[in-house]
Amino acid sequence: MDPAHFFAESRVLIVAGKGGVGKTTVCATLAGAASEAGLSVLIVRLTPGGALHRLFGAAPITSNGSLLRAAGEGRGPITGRLVTSDDALLDYLEDHGLQRITKRLVTSGALDVVTTAAPGIRDLLVLGRVKQLELARAADLIILDAPAAGHAVSFLRSPAGLRDAVTAGPIATQGIEVLEMLADPARCRVLLVTLPEETPVNELIETAFALEDDVGVQLGPVVVNGLAPRLESLDLDLNQIAADLDPSLAATLDASLLTALSEAAAFRTTWMDRQREQLDRLADELPLSRITLPLQFSTDLGPTHLDALVAALTTGIHQINRTAEQ
Amino acid sequence: MTGDPINEPPTTPVDHADRKDHVAPETHDPIGQLLDTHSVVVCTGAGGVGKTTSAATIALEAARRGQRACVVTIDPARRLADAMGLDADTARGSEAMRVAGPWPGELWAVMLDTRATFANLIRTYAPSAQQAQTILENTFFKNIADALSGTHEYMAMEKLYELHNDDRFDIVIVDTPPTTNALDFLDAPNRITRFLDHRLYKMLVTPSRGLARAVNLAAQTFLRSISRVVGATVVDDVIEFFANFEGMEDGFRARAVAVRQLLAADVTTFVLVTVPRRDIAEEATAFVTDLGAAGISVDALIVNRVHPRFLDGDVVELRTRLDALATTPLAPFAAALLDSMEISTTELNHLASLTAALPAAPIVRVPFLDSDVHDLAGLELLTSHIFRS
Repeated sequence: MDPAHFFAESRVLIVAGKGGVGKTTVCATLAGAASEAGLSVLIVRLTPGGALHRLFGAAPITSNGSLLRAAGEGRGPITGRLVTSDDALLDYLEDHGLQRITKRLVTSGALDVVTTAAPGIRDLLVLGRVKQLELARAADLIILDAPAAGHAVSFLRSPAGLRDAVTAGPIATQGIEVLEMLADPARCRVLLVTLPEETPVNELIETAFALEDDVGVQLGPVVVNGLAPRLESLDLDLNQIAADLDPSLAATLDASLLTALSEAAAFRTTWMDRQREQLDRLADELPLSRITLPLQFSTDLGPTHLDALVAALTTGIHQINRTAEQ
Repeated sequence: MTGDPINEPPTTPVDHADRKDHVAPETHDPIGQLLDTHSVVVCTGAGGVGKTTSAATIALEAARRGQRACVVTIDPARRLADAMGLDADTARGSEAMRVAGPWPGELWAVMLDTRATFANLIRTYAPSAQQAQTILENTFFKNIADALSGTHEYMAMEKLYELHNDDRFDIVIVDTPPTTNALDFLDAPNRITRFLDHRLYKMLVTPSRGLARAVNLAAQTFLRSISRVVGATVVDDVIEFFANFEGMEDGFRARAVAVRQLLAADVTTFVLVTVPRRDIAEEATAFVTDLGAAGISVDALIVNRVHPRFLDGDVVELRTRLDALATTPLAPFAAALLDSMEISTTELNHLASLTAALPAAPIVRVPFLDSDVHDLAGLELLTSHIFRS
C-alpha cells in the first residue's frame, strides 16, 4: 500500500497500547512517515513530559503548539501540542457561556464535583478538542498519543457513556459529535501498539475486541514495536568458523571474546524465537494486518533512531496487502 | 558480572535517621532484609515495569521464609491472577484468598476492588444501615468509587490498612496503581476527604436562615449553572449523596489520617520498581525526590528487564575490533554481541543516574527473562533474582 494512501485514509490516528510498549515512539514514527508523504502532521499528547520532543531533537511541546520538525523537500511540517483535560474542560465551559462560573468552579474545588458527577467528561472533552482540531483541518493528519490501554477502552467509551448518562445539554451534543467522529473510518482510526511479548500481546488482543465491540471504532494495522532484527546463521558452529579464519584474524580473537560472541548469539536466538512465537500468535488470534518496527539498540532514542524507524514503517506500509486488510 | 559496581551494595552511610536501624547497607540480600524488619511493603513505580509480579514475588518469598504474607494486587494480568487463585469475576471485592503451596508460611492474595472497599468504609462510618444503603445506591457515590481521581490510590492504602490490622497476616505487600506523581499518591486520602467535606454542598443541605439563606441562594444559582452542563438529574444525585454523607466526615477524616500515618510509619517500607529506560528512570528519580520531600524514603530499588552484558569494556573499542569480522561468517555473531553491548551500555547509564539519585538504597537487578512470569514457578524463579541468600 502506498504511504500517501495509507495516511489519507483517515484524518485522525489514535495510537493506543499498554504502558511501556512505545506508543510515543510509534506516534513520532507515524508522523515522520506521513510528513515524508507530504502531509502536515499534528501530534497531540495528553500529559506533559515524555520523550516525544527528544525523538525530533526539539524543545518540549506546549499547549500552544510547538514545531517538532520544519517542512522541507516534499516533507510536511510536524507540530506537537499538549491538550490536558483541565484545559479542555475550562475551554469548553468558557465556550459555552459559562465564563462567569468557570473561575468559581476552579477556586471552590467544585470542578472535581462536576467531573465526578459526569465521569468520563474529561476524556470526552479531550476527544472533543481533537474533533475540533480535525474539523478545523489543523493539519492533514492528527495523531493522538492515547492513554495506556485498558484505560484506552474507557477513554474511547466515554462519549457513549456520557451520552447515556447526560441526555440533554451541550455535553450530550458533544458526546454525539465525538461518537460520529469515532464511528467514521474516513475521519478516525485506532492503531494499537504492542511489543512482541506475551502479556502485551494478550492485552492488545483484549483491547482490540473491546474497542470493536464497545466503541465501534475502525482499527488500523497493529504496530509491533521493538522486534529484534533477524540475524541469520547464528546456529553455525562458532569454534569451527573461528578455526577456519585467516590466521592473522583468528589471532585477534581471545577466549573471552569467543565466549561473549557465543553467549550473545545464544541470547539473541532465544529472544528472536520467543518474539517470533508471539508474532505468530498475534497473527492467529487477531485478524488485522501487522507492521513491525525494529528494536533500536539504545534506551535513549533520538533523531537518528527515528529515521531508521520511519524507514521501517514506510516499508511496512508498502507491504500491507489491501485485500488482506478487508 | 564480577566487579560490576551496580550490583554491589552502596558503601555510603544511610542518610535517613528514622530508618537507620532497618537498612543495613552491608547486606547482600537487601529486599530480604526489609522483610525481616517491616510488616508493610509498598511497591511503587510507573505502569508496565513489573510492579505486580515484583509484589507477588516478595509475598511468595515472605511465605517461604515462614511469614503469613498477603499481597494486594491492583490489576494483575489474567494468567498471573489465575495462578494465584484470583478469578477476576469472583474474587474481586471478596476476601483474601489463600494460595496453596509447599512453603512454611502462608501466601494470601487479594485483588483490589475500589468500590467494595469504599462501600465497607461507608458501612463502617454510616450512623445507620439504612443511610449506608442510600449512599451505596446513589449514582454519584458509584461515580466517586469508580472514577474520581485519587480514589484508586486511596482505596489501595485503605485496603493495606485493613489488612495490616488483620491478625491473620504478619506482612502485607501492596502493588500501587501506576502513578507518575508521588504526591498524587500520598495526598489521595486527603484529597478524597476534602472532596467529601465540600463546603458548597454543606451550604446546600444546611437549613437556610438569615445570612445563610442568601449564601444558599447564591449556591442554588451556581448549581443551576452546573446543571446546564451536566444535567439536572446528575445534580440531584450529587445533592442526595452529600445530604446523606453529612455527619460522616469526621470519621472519614480520622481514618484517612491513620492510613496516611501507616505509610510513614517505621513498619512500612517503600520499594521502587523500575526498568532501565531513560524516561522511566527519570520518572522514578522524580518520584523518589517527591516521596523524600513528604518524609518517606525508598529503601530499595528493583530494576527489571536488565539486558545481560557479555563482555566488560568499551563498546566503541569493541566495534573497531569486531569490524574486522564483517566479511567473515562470524559477522552475525559480532552483530549480536554489539547489539547487546549497545543496549546494555545505555542501560548502565540509566542505572548509574538512578544510583546517583538514590545513594542510600540498594539496587537489585532482575535480568531480561526468557518468558513472561505468569505462574508460581515463574515467581519462584524471580525470587532467586530478587533475593540472594
